[in-house]
Amino acid sequence: MNNKIILFLVSFLIPFLGQAQDMVAPEMADTFRSEGKIYVVIAVLAIAFTCIIGYLIYIDIKLKKLENKK
Amino acid sequence: MIKWWKILSALLILYTLVLGMLGPVPHLNILHETIRNVYYHVPIWFAMLFQMGYSVVYAIKNLSKNDIETDIISNQAAQTGLFFALPGLLTGCMWAKFTWGTWWTFQDPKLNGVAIAVLIYLAYFILRSSIDDEQKRARIAGVYNIFAFVMMFVFIMILPRLTDSLHPGNGGNPAFAKYDLDSHMRMVFYPAVIGWVLLSLWILDIKKRLAILTHKENEQ
Repeated sequence: MNNKIILFLVSFLIPFLGQAQDMVAPEMADTFRSEGKIYVVIAVLAIAFTCIIGYLIYIDIKLKKLENKK
Repeated sequence: MIKWWKILSALLILYTLVLGMLGPVPHLNILHETIRNVYYHVPIWFAMLFQMGYSVVYAIKNLSKNDIETDIISNQAAQTGLFFALPGLLTGCMWAKFTWGTWWTFQDPKLNGVAIAVLIYLAYFILRSSIDDEQKRARIAGVYNIFAFVMMFVFIMILPRLTDSLHPGNGGNPAFAKYDLDSHMRMVFYPAVIGWVLLSLWILDIKKRLAILTHKENEQ
């Protein structure tokens, strides 16, 4: 049951794999992108988000320990 | 130790953070690159609506079964939903400033509806905190919750579609008509919706367990 749900959700990502090769940057922010700095912003976003998720996992585990103590 | 759907939510949102910025989008006037906000702003509101729906389901469960734990879950879900209204409003204001030229406008029925919906749910928490008796509070809050959810649904989902709305895709505003056909955007938008709804469920899960633990502590 769970595996089916995972497969269903992952299937959303499949079409993107094929077109990743020929992905063209939109014209609208070309100068922004040609400087290459947009990747820095994406890296910052990813780091910030990963930190928040890491904190959530930490809280989750701590709570689990508290529940198990009861 | 961590449930699979929690990790999935993190991966899906991470995926939309990267591809939402890099992926191709249709070139539209006024919107320009801000069309990418649809990957972040809209899923946050979906998460809010989902939490309110979750809350009303548990309010009905509480009214039919009279189990205090369902009332706790209903309350926590409403809190989580209201929390998601905050980033929803802030991202909306930010976007409105650069597309409509103003932080907030009363011309748009969706903004008015959201403001009223937030006030309705604030009243829900005031109502809860004003009743000391646990059973009584659960019952009255449950009944009010049903009313609040119906009102929110009318104000956010129905009324804005009946009149002219500034919101892209509402009330004959054609801004996202092209987006509706864009399969590239769907490949990011749908995972984003699933990811944010799962993230809101994760936060609810933590809040709920904490509240139930505190409740048991107080009973002893």
